Amino acid sequence: MKKFLVGILALTLILSMVGCGQKPNDTSKEKDSSKDTETKQIKIGLSMNTLNNPFFVDVSNGAKKGAKDNDVELFVTDAQNQPSKQQTDVENLLQKDLDLLIIDPCDSDAIVAAIETANEKEVPVITIDRAAKGGEVIAHMGFDAVHSGNIAGEFLVDVLKGKGKIVEIMGIMGTNVAQDRSKGFNEIVDKTEGFEVVATQSANFDRAEAMKVMENILQANAEIDGVYAANDEMALGALEAIEASGRLDEIVLIGCDAIDPSLEAIRADKIEATIAEPPFFLGKNAVLMGLDYLNGEEIDENIILDSTLVTKENVDTIVTKEE
Amino acid sequence: MNLKKIGLKLLTKYRTVSVLVLILIIATCLSNSFLTFNNLLNIIRQVSIIAIIASGMTFVILTGGIDLSVGSIVAISGALSAYTLINTNSVILAIIVALVVGSICGTFNGIIITKGNLPPFIATLAVMTFVRGFVLVFTNGSPIAARLKAYNFIGKGYLFGIPFPIIILIVIFAIGFFILKYTAFGRSVFSIGGNREATRLSGINVKKVETLVYTISGLLAGLTGLILTARLGSAQPTAGKGYELDAIAAVILGGTSLSGGQGAIIPTVFGALILGVLDNILVLIDVNPFASDIVKGFVILLAVLADSKFKSVSSKLDE
Repeated sequence: MKKFLVGILALTLILSMVGCGQKPNDTSKEKDSSKDTETKQIKIGLSMNTLNNPFFVDVSNGAKKGAKDNDVELFVTDAQNQPSKQQTDVENLLQKDLDLLIIDPCDSDAIVAAIETANEKEVPVITIDRAAKGGEVIAHMGFDAVHSGNIAGEFLVDVLKGKGKIVEIMGIMGTNVAQDRSKGFNEIVDKTEGFEVVATQSANFDRAEAMKVMENILQANAEIDGVYAANDEMALGALEAIEASGRLDEIVLIGCDAIDPSLEAIRADKIEATIAEPPFFLGKNAVLMGLDYLNGEEIDENIILDSTLVTKENVDTIVTKEE
Repeated sequence: MNLKKIGLKLLTKYRTVSVLVLILIIATCLSNSFLTFNNLLNIIRQVSIIAIIASGMTFVILTGGIDLSVGSIVAISGALSAYTLINTNSVILAIIVALVVGSICGTFNGIIITKGNLPPFIATLAVMTFVRGFVLVFTNGSPIAARLKAYNFIGKGYLFGIPFPIIILIVIFAIGFFILKYTAFGRSVFSIGGNREATRLSGINVKKVETLVYTISGLLAGLTGLILTARLGSAQPTAGKGYELDAIAAVILGGTSLSGGQGAIIPTVFGALILGVLDNILVLIDVNPFASDIVKGFVILLAVLADSKFKSVSSKLDE
């Protein structure tokens, strides 16, 4: 695995050097040579927004699994959360004479130019996780972040019987996912009269930062009943702070994403709930859907995968990954 | 000497503390949760992470250099330390690994800067980038759990009722203060920042001193990686992102000059505290996270402006 990653990294390095200097007619040469082979292996490009976050690592692992099962050649790039790098990534991937391109956009607006480049080359595009604001895509597949925020809000209403002091820890507020989860959560909180939001802070989806922010919130508020962290990494950071303050029993904590460490924390009665949006299957299903399209089947243009509430009751039955 | 002059002299000499006290007073007025023993310990513990990096950064900046790679070194030391811990269950070994990895990265910085004659800004920027890449390859982008009571004590434990990271912080600054004030090495750090050529001509091995300065910076970044990992119970691939800028800000707020040769290590703690108090109070009064960045940037600007004003006043007084 590590060797493979190093290989991929080296490849992207070389490609980004070569890709810039390549002329478009180089690809036609590749086309000619590939015509010689009888059955051509399908090539799919996956442009990820980032690979230093477990959620998105799982997306790419799912895509790899889907590709491996179907003997597809998959090229993965990592834009490191920079829209400008993603543009370059897509341009480089398109040099590879792809049959299909899957994009997990860093930014809904900034990605449009890259999608249009793919359109010009007549490579079909699927977006995952975040939808693009323009360009032509054959389909979008993702989770409904607003709905996910709703689920979190409703869970706190249920457990706290609609009364209590609430803390919201938001993600990177420049991203659609963070905005939508916050919006969905607040839709429920706003109409729950017994809820009082005592703190709304951002911890940029980061565990260490969430710990620090939660420590400060705990200092300011002697009474906290419920905490919603917009992803599990932040929920785990907040958990460290809550545990250290000895207030674990009085605070209901819900995260989102259902990553393994948080499922462990639910089993140990430390975190009350999370919301499963299994990234692994997002990646895998995107590849499978792409293959259906390439085989000439009809596909839906907009597929919303289910978000499920995970609590102690169903934590052992939830499937978030395949080996 | 009249009283006003003495007052001004004291104020300029302890200008970072003065700015900090002013911010403390304002913060106390804004929230009743602010000035409690628990909250102050909480702030100092949070600040110790940046302050320890900043103490190493003070050495580097005093020589006229800069070290942008500290954030990445925090991440790599933490990751390798956690990896060692889960594979050997040896706390001692996990501690040693973090410190050694940090020192190696720091020494590497020093060697490419002195032997390759590269500007520190570019050299450490390159190291920052590839070390971060190495962290991502090594961790595969996922956190590494590091849970063992004795290990977590480094970040979570208390000694005589004081959080352990604060104890480490005090020890580090005491050593740093001693080295800079009372050793030949410390004096040559100042003198390189003041006039590199003259220092070289006076027979001091400039390259050796400079390399050592980056080693110190790396070692302390490694120590920070250890504390952070122990505190979180997990090594994060994104750990330390942006810490280099916070550390540099702390050093500058502490009145050390970016061009080198002028400054001191103790005010760096107060510089870091200014940043920590800001973070804390903005959450206590629940300022909207977007707006809090505006406030934070503005206060840093004012603090640096105040610092340079104080400096010019003090130079006038000395005339």
